[in-house]
Amino acid sequence: MAKITFDGIEIEVPDGTTILNAARQIGGNIVPPAMCYYTPIKGTGGKCRACLVKVAAGSAKDPRPMPKLVPSCITTVQDGMVVENTVNQQVMDVRKGIVEMLLINHPLDCPVCDQAGECDLQNFAFEHGVATTRYEEERRTFEKIDIGPYIQLHMTRCILCYRCVYTADQLTERRVHGVLGRGDAAEIGTYIDNIIDQDFSGNVIDVCPVGALTDKTFRFKQRVWFTKPVNAHRNCENPKCSGNVVLWYKGKDVLRVTARKDEYGEVKEWICNTCRFEKKETSDWTIEGPSHIQRTSVISANHYELPVMNPQVIADLPESSVRDLENNPPLKLGR
Amino acid sequence: MGRKLLTEHINVPGIDTFEVYRKHGGYRSVEKALKTMTPDEVVEEVKKSGLRGRGGAGFPTGMKWSFLAKPEGVPRHLVCNADESEPGTFKDRHLMSKLPHLLIEGMITSSYALGANTSYIYIRGELLYVLRILEKAIAEAYANGFLGKNILGSGYDLDLHVHPGGGAYICGEETALLESLEGKRGNPRNKPPFPAVQGLYARPTVVNNVESIAAVVPIVNDGGEEYAKLGVGKSTGTKLISACGHLNKPGIYEIELGVPVEEFIYSDEYCGGIWKGRDLKAVVAGGSSVPILPKELILKTAAGENRLMTYESLSDGGFVTGTMLGSGGFIAMDETTCIVRNTWSFSRFYHHESCGQCSPCREGTGWLEKVLHRLEHGHGHMHDIDLLVSVAKQIEGNTICPLGEAAAWPVAAAVRHFRHEFEWHVTNPAEATRPGAYYSSKAAVAV
Amino acid sequence: MESTTAPVKPQFSPAAQAEIARLFTHYPAERRKSALLPLLHIAQAEFGGWVSPEVQDLVAETIGILPIEVYEVSSFYTMFNLKPVGKHVLEICRTGPCMLRGSDELTAQLERITGAKVGGTSPDGLFTLKEVECLAACGTAPIVQVREKYYEQLDTPEAVDAMLNELRNLVHRPLLPWEETGLAHSQQ
Repeated sequence: MAKITFDGIEIEVPDGTTILNAARQIGGNIVPPAMCYYTPIKGTGGKCRACLVKVAAGSAKDPRPMPKLVPSCITTVQDGMVVENTVNQQVMDVRKGIVEMLLINHPLDCPVCDQAGECDLQNFAFEHGVATTRYEEERRTFEKIDIGPYIQLHMTRCILCYRCVYTADQLTERRVHGVLGRGDAAEIGTYIDNIIDQDFSGNVIDVCPVGALTDKTFRFKQRVWFTKPVNAHRNCENPKCSGNVVLWYKGKDVLRVTARKDEYGEVKEWICNTCRFEKKETSDWTIEGPSHIQRTSVISANHYELPVMNPQVIADLPESSVRDLENNPPLKLGR
Repeated sequence: MGRKLLTEHINVPGIDTFEVYRKHGGYRSVEKALKTMTPDEVVEEVKKSGLRGRGGAGFPTGMKWSFLAKPEGVPRHLVCNADESEPGTFKDRHLMSKLPHLLIEGMITSSYALGANTSYIYIRGELLYVLRILEKAIAEAYANGFLGKNILGSGYDLDLHVHPGGGAYICGEETALLESLEGKRGNPRNKPPFPAVQGLYARPTVVNNVESIAAVVPIVNDGGEEYAKLGVGKSTGTKLISACGHLNKPGIYEIELGVPVEEFIYSDEYCGGIWKGRDLKAVVAGGSSVPILPKELILKTAAGENRLMTYESLSDGGFVTGTMLGSGGFIAMDETTCIVRNTWSFSRFYHHESCGQCSPCREGTGWLEKVLHRLEHGHGHMHDIDLLVSVAKQIEGNTICPLGEAAAWPVAAAVRHFRHEFEWHVTNPAEATRPGAYYSSKAAVAV
Repeated sequence: MESTTAPVKPQFSPAAQAEIARLFTHYPAERRKSALLPLLHIAQAEFGGWVSPEVQDLVAETIGILPIEVYEVSSFYTMFNLKPVGKHVLEICRTGPCMLRGSDELTAQLERITGAKVGGTSPDGLFTLKEVECLAACGTAPIVQVREKYYEQLDTPEAVDAMLNELRNLVHRPLLPWEETGLAHSQQ
């Protein structure tokens, strides 16, 4: 175990934990933002530089500060380490600079972007950015392309986090897309017309932090804040698929199906393309109840969650859902 | 005339063949090391020599070697960084094409010191013709028992291969080089882990520049202490300087560290002065990434001391009034040079060569280039000048690899020392964009 | 991406196959992907100076990796031409040290003589002009690389003419990298 101090708060975590995950165990506003790191996907992290923090003391053994800011997502803790995030002005200034860099070539087409309302870049810019831009040059643009029947790639919005590439590498048998070109001309692509259509390829939509990869079956159907997320499951024929999903309702219609994400937007149980794209009837699913909504979410304004879950309902739920409920208890409204 | 440790025989006819090279004392260091020294003793000599990495960073080579992890049963590798591509630097190409056996000899001796049994020379793809020269020389070394199994009956085995890049400056960064050698995009790795622990194929690896490895040969032959007698202070030995730009005699010079900059530029032994009888305006002393200095600061330090060709003297004054020895890529600019245009060219280079992996460098290098392009082409604003400094600062220190700094420093330094010239471009756009026009502190002149 | 190669699947020549077999011995058996860059160089030399998607697929198959792994790499490194090129690709260095010694003028001159624009090919199909970054020959600037040869000190019309004439008289097939070109590689 290693004891570290993060923004003045002490916490003990297992050796090998990253600074970011230690901060997430503390939770709240001190957690650094992460645009490229994704815990369940190996190899992610270190690229966007959004989570840079100051290590004011390297360890108990060697308490010297680290000379440069370090990416908290891939830097592991040492016993006695002292980390500064929100309390350090340099970190805050650099983070503002990172927002600016990520936005100079971003189209800022949020009004017509399906990701709006659940976009990591939007949230990141809101929390750390400035309202004006110093960028006077032309922005980089790409043509939209359909990569298969279900997924649209809008490269102009991409921040090159590489998450979708690693995801396809680790979840599908034959990756067909990757990062092509280099520098600011680098792009996600298949090089030759190639469709991304393998059992688990739809998960690239869930891991995308921005609106670069979107679900064609949901495109322009509805703003996410007008939909109601409901947890559901089915016994999927695919042995690798968890079958645990979120159904996004508008009225009686299921508009889209996604995997379940935790409060940091990370999917813990992957779902197959059949569940995601082809099961859009309520009768396809066993409904568990409303999904837990973060207070900060645009959806929380609707306040539709059940105040208290019926104990009998909980008893009938599969174990994974009970765990989910325990970890994310429903808001107790009116108390 | 200073002593030449590397290039003494470079003009001997046939020196690129094993036979002639051997006749001129070649491969003695291999014999000495394998027959009379333990690997650790070789490392010790390199430490004593004070040799500092000749690729640009100047990190002590012996210390780098001593960091190499040596877990039981895991192969280790030595990889030679022959991806020379820092603008202004062309010494390694020269050394390898003329003296291929010197590098091979250095690779054998160094590999022995590190306990590596398979070593690679990663050469930039543009130098395929040098790769052929090296492969031919390697074949000769195998045929003469200096490579392969049981070298010179010592029981030590070594295979040496040359591997071409494909056109990417970033592969000169050691972890990008290793990625490239593994057949991947040249994306630098996050560190730690450092190559000394997890390098090529996740095995402990040392990556050294061509000139550093070549220098191991005289160090082992004559002893580290002997080597350290050359030079000044912590800048020991000799260094290859590749001089280019507006000089009468551009080329590669092996100098003993400590030669005064003024002597290097003006004496006939070296660059022979500025071409066309013109005055010197500025120098980039160590490859395009190091800060540019105006004439008065490159010849003398801010304190008025003579500036010497050493790591310490060139960096005297920090980045406020100093620069770096870097890779020894010495670019001289005469009085007619447009600093804005030159800075734009460097920025275009780093923009072109950014791998695009991390956001400050991917977006920032392009931004710098575009603003400089506007300034150079008469569309700049006064606030652009501070914008350049600010963007450079946002890149510097926040990237995965040093390309961020390499892109930021030249821009920041150009504005630091030549701000008036940038301002002149804003206030006199028509004049500044006239072909051949340049700014001088006396008056704007057009030729 | 359009392809101009015939629909028949490309094959490496026996000489290339032998060279590839030799290269594979340089790397651990489970790390054959290491041979990707050397193989792309061979492929480009064998198949008309550029690597079509079909050729890249052949490289992938030869090594035993996914095609996307080749596309990611070929598009990262600037030496690989992803579109058809003329018989000779003139790679003109444009970086600072060459610019100080007249690379802008050299480029303009080459455009004028060949009739090609940078990034394009001359009407006679002989020359493709390509601007590249530093070629590590700054002391003999300005310079042009054509395949494995460096043409240096191209600061006079005579030097440029000599280069172009030499290329016009060359066998009109990109030489395989391991074949003797019959030319001194560098004037240095």
